[in-house]
Parts: sequence; C-alpha cells; structure tokens
Amino acid sequence: MDIKDIIRPENKVYCKPELLDEVHMHYCPGCSHGVIHKLLAEVIAEMGLTDRTVGVSPVGCAVFAYNYIDVDWVEAAHGRAPAVATAISRLWPEDVVFTYQGDGDMSAIGTAESIHAANRGENIVMVFVNNAIYGMTGGQMAPTTLVGQKTATTPYGRRVDLNGHPLEITNLLAILDGTCYVTRQSVHTPAAVRKTKAALKKAFENALAKKGTSVVEVVATCNSGWKMSPEKANDWMAEHMFEKYPLGDLKNN
Amino acid sequence: MKEEVRLMKGNEAIAHAAIRYGCDGYFGYPITPQSEVLETLEELMPWETTGMVVLQAESEVAAINMVYGGASTGKAVMTSSSSPGVSLKQEGISYIAAASLPALILNVMRGGPGLGTIQPSQADYFQATKGGGHGDYHLIVLAPSTVQEMVDFVGLGFDLAFKYCNPAMILADGIVGQMMEKVVLPEQRPRRTDEEIRKQCPWAANGRKDGRKRNVITSLELESSRMEVINHKLQERYREIERNETRWEEIDVEGADYLIVAFGSIARICAKAKEMAAEKGIKVGIVRPITLWPFPTEAIHRAAQGKKGILCVELNAGQMIEDVRLAVHDAIPVEHFGRLGGIIPSPEEVVVALEEKIVK
Ligand SMILES: Cc1ncc(C[n+]2csc(CCOP(=O)(O)OP(=O)(O)O)c2C)c(N)n1
Ligand code: SF4
Ligand SMILES: [Mg+2]
Repeated sequence: MDIKDIIRPENKVYCKPELLDEVHMHYCPGCSHGVIHKLLAEVIAEMGLTDRTVGVSPVGCAVFAYNYIDVDWVEAAHGRAPAVATAISRLWPEDVVFTYQGDGDMSAIGTAESIHAANRGENIVMVFVNNAIYGMTGGQMAPTTLVGQKTATTPYGRRVDLNGHPLEITNLLAILDGTCYVTRQSVHTPAAVRKTKAALKKAFENALAKKGTSVVEVVATCNSGWKMSPEKANDWMAEHMFEKYPLGDLKNN
Repeated sequence: MKEEVRLMKGNEAIAHAAIRYGCDGYFGYPITPQSEVLETLEELMPWETTGMVVLQAESEVAAINMVYGGASTGKAVMTSSSSPGVSLKQEGISYIAAASLPALILNVMRGGPGLGTIQPSQADYFQATKGGGHGDYHLIVLAPSTVQEMVDFVGLGFDLAFKYCNPAMILADGIVGQMMEKVVLPEQRPRRTDEEIRKQCPWAANGRKDGRKRNVITSLELESSRMEVINHKLQERYREIERNETRWEEIDVEGADYLIVAFGSIARICAKAKEMAAEKGIKVGIVRPITLWPFPTEAIHRAAQGKKGILCVELNAGQMIEDVRLAVHDAIPVEHFGRLGGIIPSPEEVVVALEEKIVK
C-alpha cells in the first residue's frame, strides 16, 4: 500500500485545531497550558463561536495565549481578567467572553475580582489553571501550593504556621449564587483530556444560554517550576494534588 | 432629550453629560466627594433609555480594569473617583495608556496624603500630569472651573480620547464637584451602533466578525527594540497632542504688571482677587490653564513678557508652579500661594499673598 492511500481525510483521527496558530509555543515541553489551549481552540471552532469570542489572557505563563488561539483577545493586568471580562460581556452581550487565569492570578492578587465577577453571575467562562505554583516568575509559592511543597519561596516546603493553608478558590466560587457550573478537571491522561473538553464545552454552552458564571478549574502540572520531568510531574500531580483538589463537578445547575 | 437648562451639582452634571454624550458604560466605586456621579446614574437608569451600562464595581481597581476591558472593545467608557481611589487606579490607567485606548477618568480631588480629608484639594496635579502610574505616558488632563465645564469636558474628553486613542482625565477639585450652578445640558446624542463602533475602531477586540484577522489588545512586548519603537510612537503622539490641543484662558493679561496662574475653581477666586487688587492700583492678569497636560507653556511664556512677577495659586503645597517656572525660565520671580488640608483661600488672602510675595 502506498502512503498516499493512507493519508486521506476519512482516515484522519487527530489534527491540529484550525484555530491554533502555526507558531512555536513558549511553554515548556510537558506543560499543561498547551493542552488546555488546544481544547479551547477545538471547542470554540466546533461550536462556531470564532467570530463572537473574546478571550482575556492573564499575567502568568499564559500571558501570550493571544499568540496561539485565533480569536480576539485582551491582555489583562495581573489578577484583573474577571473585571475586564465583566465589562466586555456587559457591553457586548452577544459575545462569548472567557478568562484564562493561573492560581496566582485567580486566587492571590485577583481573588477579589474573581469572587465578585462570579458573585454577580457575570455571563463569562473562567478557565482556571491550577499548577500550585507561580510558573512565570520562576516557581514561587502560590495560594494553592500544597503543604510541604517546595518552591522558590518555600525552599523547605510550605508550612501552615508560616504560609497558611492551600486555598481552594474553586470551592469558594461554587457556593456563590452567581455561578451555574463549577468543575475541576485535569489533562494528564487522554481520558482526562476528553473530560476537560466536555467541561469547557458545557461552560461555553452556559455562556451562550446566559446562565451566569462557569468555572473550569484544570489541575495542572508545571514541570519546570516543580523541577520534574513531564512524566514525573503527571505522576506527582495524580499522587498529591488530587487529594487536596479532587476532580469532578462541584456544581452543575 | 433636547438641550436643557438646569441647576445642579458638578458631580450630577457629569452623570447627565455622560448619558447625553452617548457614553456606553460607567464603572465606579463610591468615595466622597464624587459619589453623586454613580448615584445619579443609578437614579437615571440610562440602561432603560440609551442602553448605557452602569455598574458599581467591588473596588477602584476593578472599576478601572472594567474601563480597560470596555475600551478594548471600542466602546466609550468611563470611571470616576476621588484621590485615594485614583491612586488605586494607576496600574490600570498605565495599561490603558500603553495599549492606546480611549477612555475617560474623572478625579474629583480631595485633600491628602493618605486618607486625608474629604474637603477640596488640587494636590493630585503631579499624579495626573506627570504619569501617576508606571512608565512613560501621559493623560490628556482637563481642569474644569465651572459646572458647565464639567458637562462640556465629558464630551471634549471623550472626543480627544477617541481622536488620539489616548485616555483623558477630568481633574476637578471637590469645589466644582459639589457646587451647584446653572448648566446647559446638551441634546441627547445617540450611542454609536455596534456596526459604527466596528467601523470607527477597526483595532477593537469585540469578536472577529466577517473573518477579519484577530485583534489583540496588549501592552506587553518583551523584545526591547520593538518596545522602544512602541515608546517612540507614544512620544510622537504626545508631541502631536501638545501641538494641537493645548488650551488655556487669559483674563486681562495685556497691560497687567503681574500675573496669577491658577486652574480649576481656584481661578475664579483669583478673578475676584484680581478685581480687589485693581482697586488698590495693582494691575493683575490671569492665565488659567484648561489643559494641565499638555501644559500651556508657550502661552505662559508669552504672557510673562514684561511682567514683574507671577503668583501661582493652588490648593496644594506647590505643584503646578514647577511647570510655570519652566515656562518662564526664571526670568521673573514666580511664587506660590496655597492652602492645604481642604481649606479654600478667600480672595482677600490671595491679594495679601500677592502683596507680600510678588508686589512687595
Ligand atoms: C502587579 C503585578 N505583580 C506581580 C507580577 C509578577 N508576576 C507575573 S506572573 C506572576 C505569577 C503567575 O502565577 P500564576 O498566576 O499561577 O500563573 P502561571 O505562570 O503559574 O501559569 C507574578 C507574581 C506582575 N506581573 N504584576
Ligand atoms: S514554567 Fe511551568 S507553567 Fe510555565 S510554561 Fe513552564 S511548565 Fe508551564
Ligand atoms: Mg500557577
């Protein structure tokens, strides 16, 4: 059989999403951000939302998300993406607006904006990438850093007496009346990737149906910040993070 | 709504003017002495009439970032606050300036530093005109001295902001925010349709309609050589604004022996002081900067020719005086008179200061 007989549209099982640009990503090999970008690109295109989606990128490793997914973007100041998205959504109610935020962005500097946007029930999707560390600035402690976890600012491991407890911001968001859908997913296995895609799709459907705020947390790896190989990082995440941040829906109205 | 003559506070007038201008969105957080702006908007419910969005944000930080978001989509959006709140907004203002976005910010100044006082002040002159936030940027800064100018500068501020894709600030003092005066409210202008916005602001991030290329609003550029180019472009724009948009008012400058330079409502107290001084045979002219940035440097330089001295009257410890000194190159004496802590000087006090500091 000739190779040309195999490369046919009907045999295609996997491809680069059309909304994902042909550029080098700046993410470290093995980083979860790339997979999550791919899923967003797929969901937006499959739902036919390319011409009415506005993404709000954070300050964090995903600051350059606007270089990769081919929709309109606004790059927000650190932590302020939910406020930025609030205005866009209110001023362009027919647009679908999503934020993409890390744990520092969402649950440290931007806690107020995140909680209040969700509490107002802004018609937005909040994608929250929880890698338990500040990836961009070189691996410092995040509010979601686990007790005992070593980071650049907790070199001997996070201590409750010094640094307090890991913050489960998603649980806080779930109890607010403004949120309609709050879920926690991951992207470390093909099955998990498929579930995260379904969750993102539901969140975007909620935005279309103007149901309020949807929050999709993705428990993620930062193999560079954690100083592990990508494979080891996936194992470490499954072993340690899911206990504190269990996967599944927290709210589905 | 037709043109209308009304009696109202400066802060209320701002709310009416915003609606009538066709403003798309207001985002604010209460703080004295400007809370009437948000209160009046909530009372007028413009979302029922023009479709304007009004939102009480959770903080000034959130409010300015809402303005950043709205401006990113090409809508005409604004916020208002007073000094401590405007300090909180500075990061967002820097982002708006860096991303070349049109927006309107009102600061009804109160006395500081710190929590300070709720009484009037002009102590945020440096903050408004010299940057305020981080980086090399400028706001177009308009200083109203009457309630009518509060109304007029809403339209002027938005027009300039859109003309230059640059944020504009109305720097008002607590007096002009709280004082009641007769105002002419302009006729209602329709808000631009989404189609008109897409045409007017092809750069705006509001959804890739008709398969156009994506729009990205960002202030980030890690490549130094490109960041330098961006900065040079901003500077070119600032020079253009300086050439075209410098505004000031002169009262009896010709034939005067002395000058008073004052902005905002204090310029009106100085106009009274000028009359009182004339009765004593002291001939004074007044220059009132209307744009604090761009500053009327050349106008003051010209007005100072042949004068014996200048008194800068400000509700602060001496801020605008630095720009006045630069304008006259220290060719003649330039002195400052100001009251602090929210105290408003009387015209008599201004005359005494003139006599003691300048006429001698
Ligand atoms: C006001 C402000 N403070 C601090 C920073 C520096 N900073 C940039 S990214 C970041 C943390 C990012 O961590 P996270 O949100 O978890 O995103 P990640 O990189 O892990 O995806 C910090 C502190 C900044 N850019 N702006
Ligand atoms: S530092 Fe961490 S979060 Fe950032 S790209 Fe690398 S692996 Fe991803
Ligand atoms: Mg992180």
